[in-house]
Amino acid sequence: MSSKTYDVVIIGAGIVGSACAAECARAGLKVAIVEAGIIGGGATAAGMGHLVVMDDSEAQFALTRYSQQLWDEIRDELPREVEHDACGTIWIAADDDEMTEALRKAKFYSDRGVPVEILDTHSLAEAEPQLRPGLVGGLRVPGDSVIYPPCAAQFFVDQALSGGAELFLGVAVETITAGSVRLRDGTSISAGLIVNSAGSWSPKLTAGLEVKKRKGHLVITDRYPNFLRHQLVELGYLKSAHSIATDSVAFNIQPRKTGQLLIGSSRQYDVEESYVDISILTRMLDRAVEYLPGLRKLSSLRTWTGFRAATPDKLPLIGPHAEEERLYLATGHEGLGITTSLGTAKLLVDQITGRESAIPVAPYLPSRMAQETVHA
Amino acid sequence: MPETVTLVVNGVSVEMPAGSMVSAAILKLGLTTFRQSVTGEPRGPICGMGICFECRVTIDDEPHCRSCQTVCRDGMDVRTDG
Repeated sequence: MSSKTYDVVIIGAGIVGSACAAECARAGLKVAIVEAGIIGGGATAAGMGHLVVMDDSEAQFALTRYSQQLWDEIRDELPREVEHDACGTIWIAADDDEMTEALRKAKFYSDRGVPVEILDTHSLAEAEPQLRPGLVGGLRVPGDSVIYPPCAAQFFVDQALSGGAELFLGVAVETITAGSVRLRDGTSISAGLIVNSAGSWSPKLTAGLEVKKRKGHLVITDRYPNFLRHQLVELGYLKSAHSIATDSVAFNIQPRKTGQLLIGSSRQYDVEESYVDISILTRMLDRAVEYLPGLRKLSSLRTWTGFRAATPDKLPLIGPHAEEERLYLATGHEGLGITTSLGTAKLLVDQITGRESAIPVAPYLPSRMAQETVHA
Repeated sequence: MPETVTLVVNGVSVEMPAGSMVSAAILKLGLTTFRQSVTGEPRGPICGMGICFECRVTIDDEPHCRSCQTVCRDGMDVRTDG
């Protein structure tokens, strides 16, 4: 049995763990990365890769906005296979209520320095001619973009490795104890700190984490270049994404640089199996066709599912575990882990090294969950 | 029922026996590159039975139609991407 010592062991090389590893290495820490499967092979590979500013709460806005600025900073360094595409988002308003929401959102964003453009019926149809006629309008957020996340995770791991990190690939973690990680092959890794960034697997490694699996479906089509120009999301999404109790679908579609279209989205709790659920899939595609009638004639190539790591308050857990010494968390990013990976990495390393953070860390501290439990 | 149909492949008229597949019409013109792969390599029909998807062409403005599974119709407009 071998034993090695590091400053930090990062568990999970999804995009969040990978970004954390790169940031730790940049801060001069001796890093080990442990990944049970392949790099970026979980929710990182299953998700859309939409770099999006969101405004469910001030804290969610702060983290997504900060992260988007960090993505913009490294945009020119990203390898070509990351497929960065500055396509922007259009939030679509199908009725007057949703247009009211679009206007509220427009004000929220522009008050906080995010460029937006309000679209009426005509300018929406002009921006995306494939949309069905008669939609009320929309909100264009030109600063949003799209990437291919597994390659971004690989890029961050490569950065960490060239900064001296070591990678333990293809071996799962057996147990985490204070200052030590034991792998299934018997390897024991000692570290000053351990970071659980295992996404939807994180509660299996750390008991009591308030992270639940939230299943999603996606479909990818053949190549139809110029069918769409922006990522399109219905504003009704807010209603469905907020509903925790029931299964929901929403129109959310993304043009890829390849000309393919990635069609979502669905949200389901309490489903552990990864099978494609035909009834959910049908609802999801019917919803998409309601907005884009021309989709009906296109061929899909593949359908798959994935699991988001969801917390009760829709904010990730970033920082020290409330009780376990020397254990940090970087998990629970739900559907925003691709966007918020870079902000998470900064906030995590800020806390580890005692640096000042660019945004307040309090809303993401794991200890908030313990407090809520006490009050409940 | 007419015994032949006439369709247009890349702007050229082709007369085919009724019931022929579009792939046959394209091959009759001597074209073997039906489409290009993502990296620009030539592609054409391999399986002839709808499995390999290598024979895709644009038919009446609809991209990615399998020419080996589509019966020729009068006035059909076929475009290869060779």
